[in-house]
Amino acid sequence: MEEIISQIFQVGFFAAIIRIATPFVFATIGELFAERSGVLNLGIEGIMMFGAMTGFSTAYFTSSLWLGILAAMLTGMLMAALMGFLTVSLGLSQHVSGIGITMLSTGFAFFFYRLIFGQPSTLPNIKAFTPVGIPVLKDIPWIGPVLFEQTTLTYLAFAVVPLAAFLLYKTPWGLNLRTVGENPHAADSAGVSVSAMRYQGLIISGALMGIAGAFLVMVQFNAFTFGVISGRGWICIALVVFGQWGPWKSAAGALLFAMIDALQLRLQASSIIDLPYQVFLMMPFVLTIVTMMLVSRNARAPSALLIPFRKEER
Amino acid sequence: MSNPDYLLSMQGICKSFGAIQANNNVDLNLSEGDILGLLGENGAGKTTLMNILFGTYQADEGKIMIQGRQITIHSTADALGFGIGMVHQHFHLVHRHTVLENLLVGEPGRMGRLDFSGARRRLLEIGEQFGLTLNPDARVSELTIGEQQRLEIIKALFGDSKILILDEPTAVLTPNESTGLFEALRALAEGGLGIIFISHKLHEVRNVTNRVLVMRAGSVSALVEDTKEVTESDLARLMCGHELNPPKKNTSKLGDTFLSLSAIKTGGSTPQKLKGINLSVQGGEILGIAGVSGNGQKELADVIAGVLSHTEGTIEVKGEIISKASPRLMQKLKIGRIPEDRMTTGLVTSLPLYVSMVLPWIRRSIFSRFGILRKNEILSFTSKMIKRFTIQATGPEVKTGTLSGGNLQKVLLARELAFEPEVLLASQPTRGLDVAAAEFVHRQFLSLREKGAAIILISEDLEELFALSDRIVVMYEGRIAGETKINDASVEDIGLLMAGATFGA
Repeated sequence: MEEIISQIFQVGFFAAIIRIATPFVFATIGELFAERSGVLNLGIEGIMMFGAMTGFSTAYFTSSLWLGILAAMLTGMLMAALMGFLTVSLGLSQHVSGIGITMLSTGFAFFFYRLIFGQPSTLPNIKAFTPVGIPVLKDIPWIGPVLFEQTTLTYLAFAVVPLAAFLLYKTPWGLNLRTVGENPHAADSAGVSVSAMRYQGLIISGALMGIAGAFLVMVQFNAFTFGVISGRGWICIALVVFGQWGPWKSAAGALLFAMIDALQLRLQASSIIDLPYQVFLMMPFVLTIVTMMLVSRNARAPSALLIPFRKEER
Repeated sequence: MSNPDYLLSMQGICKSFGAIQANNNVDLNLSEGDILGLLGENGAGKTTLMNILFGTYQADEGKIMIQGRQITIHSTADALGFGIGMVHQHFHLVHRHTVLENLLVGEPGRMGRLDFSGARRRLLEIGEQFGLTLNPDARVSELTIGEQQRLEIIKALFGDSKILILDEPTAVLTPNESTGLFEALRALAEGGLGIIFISHKLHEVRNVTNRVLVMRAGSVSALVEDTKEVTESDLARLMCGHELNPPKKNTSKLGDTFLSLSAIKTGGSTPQKLKGINLSVQGGEILGIAGVSGNGQKELADVIAGVLSHTEGTIEVKGEIISKASPRLMQKLKIGRIPEDRMTTGLVTSLPLYVSMVLPWIRRSIFSRFGILRKNEILSFTSKMIKRFTIQATGPEVKTGTLSGGNLQKVLLARELAFEPEVLLASQPTRGLDVAAAEFVHRQFLSLREKGAAIILISEDLEELFALSDRIVVMYEGRIAGETKINDASVEDIGLLMAGATFGA
């Protein structure tokens, strides 16, 4: 037992948690903006995939990782705007539209990848982001290497959390967004445009989801594969519920999930516990379901989530 | 007629929806300090007129002037900008937000941040000026209905409204809360606001307004320049076009106890809504159940109808204890039900009228045999009922949802009365109905009572309860807070009980 602990709980393990959590933080906070405005964005999985693909391709051809991030962001915003057209302007079912957006975006991602790269025998790759140590802070023993020797994107992800909390709870824009998600009629009668707020919530969500997808191909891996997202988007939907629609708690959920993921990776690599590796792969998902059962029983979604707004109806 | 002294002047407003002329050449003038009653039955065009003023619809013709200046209102935001505030019948509040947050929705903020301290100051000012106070940090879900309405009014004042529209504001209030509202409105009028008070409750209009505009079928049918000069029956005649003819209550002989509940509780995995209910009702009696909605009336009705099972206590029907109530058993025991929400629980709006009409009786051998519907019998039954209850429908095959509210209520009534129930359980049977339709329902109840049936009438309309009931009980937080014979009852006492007061305390 001691052997396991000493093998696993090293600085590298904790640094890995932070790194693994990064895309979850981006996408979960993104999903949160959409849901607080009253739209469940189930396009998340596909938008992350499409963002990963455009981000990778742009970085591959321009050799600029930041241009890749920009491309991923724009891709996400575009697909989210399409989601907005379906659910906000046309008032269609958010479930069906979201799944449609996921399938469409995933299809686009695979199609354009094949169109651009064909079927190469070796995977095209890029030079991934490298960790940037923050002077002074990185020299703090233990904490330094865990928190302050990450990539710029990770720092950005963890800056997004307080920023989201500030926007949602301290600014008129955030109050209007939350009001639209709770009682759109109240917002409308106060002169706030419900559809404008929902489009904005969605487009922010798309931008963050795009970045999350790009992170996976630019930091975690340095190539694009068809399995690059593999359910991470769906996990973020659960993390928003876990976080009870609050940015801090959702980010905490992302960290918890990342910890379990990092743990299973270590357990897989170590030969201490002799089980088929699929069992380890399953762990984060099983634990997600268990924690969801424990935590989300008293979670209350935004009241107007999933309900299209039509002005004349009450 | 463009008097610049008017705070608001709407002239020659016309609006039609397809072939229906909702507003036909309507004039409305409002001065500072006015409380103008806008009176009319459902469909008279009051709501359309106010929606035009509040920017929800555009008028086809006519002009709107504020302090002599002609304006066009394209949206709600425009209306707010011109100082027009509206208190909707269904509150537009966010339950999860605090009072301050609700006030700040749509406000610009200070330096990009929400101006909580400014809002707090403004709320205090409004409290001092008009006597409207609220705890700024309370969540709306913690407020009573009366307080929520106060918040709606404060919200309008917060946006510096000069004109305040209230749409049936007393529909959800207890009598005491209504009195409080009227006082607040008078204070606001004294402070220079112009108030439009929409209602079809005549005594309230008489009580609180100084001028009344009466609408009928889309046009102005009368303008009363001084409310004190008219009586309630004058207003009724102007509104309906004929005298009111409230049904007479004859004495009836009390029969056996048909239904009695003792110590009924609900709960289990759901929040406990009934905390020990004792009541019984005899044949030939109307038992009125008063109370602010949400105090367990819905659950009580569900228990009696067999939809919700109770966890403790006993139900007896004609002396026999019912161990396992179910909707089908209660139907068999001749307990009829008119549910609170006719559109969802009561009828199937997307199916033809004949389906809605026979739905509870579909297993009866006259309507089905060997599991196959006997459509001819069903159709002829439906036609008979349409005639007997003068339901405005083109035929039994018409889609249920196309009927008006009053006619849908008649369908429910016809369906329950057709097989002569011994107990009729009616929840809010006249909510949203106009005067004539409500009178029709009341007359049916009284004739059923004379035939010896027991009626349980759950209503928030005290006038209705006092006109029909033989006994009134008040529900408060899942318990019976008090019971009185109708002859000993006073509106004030009932109002106090509804607000949670206890006698002798």
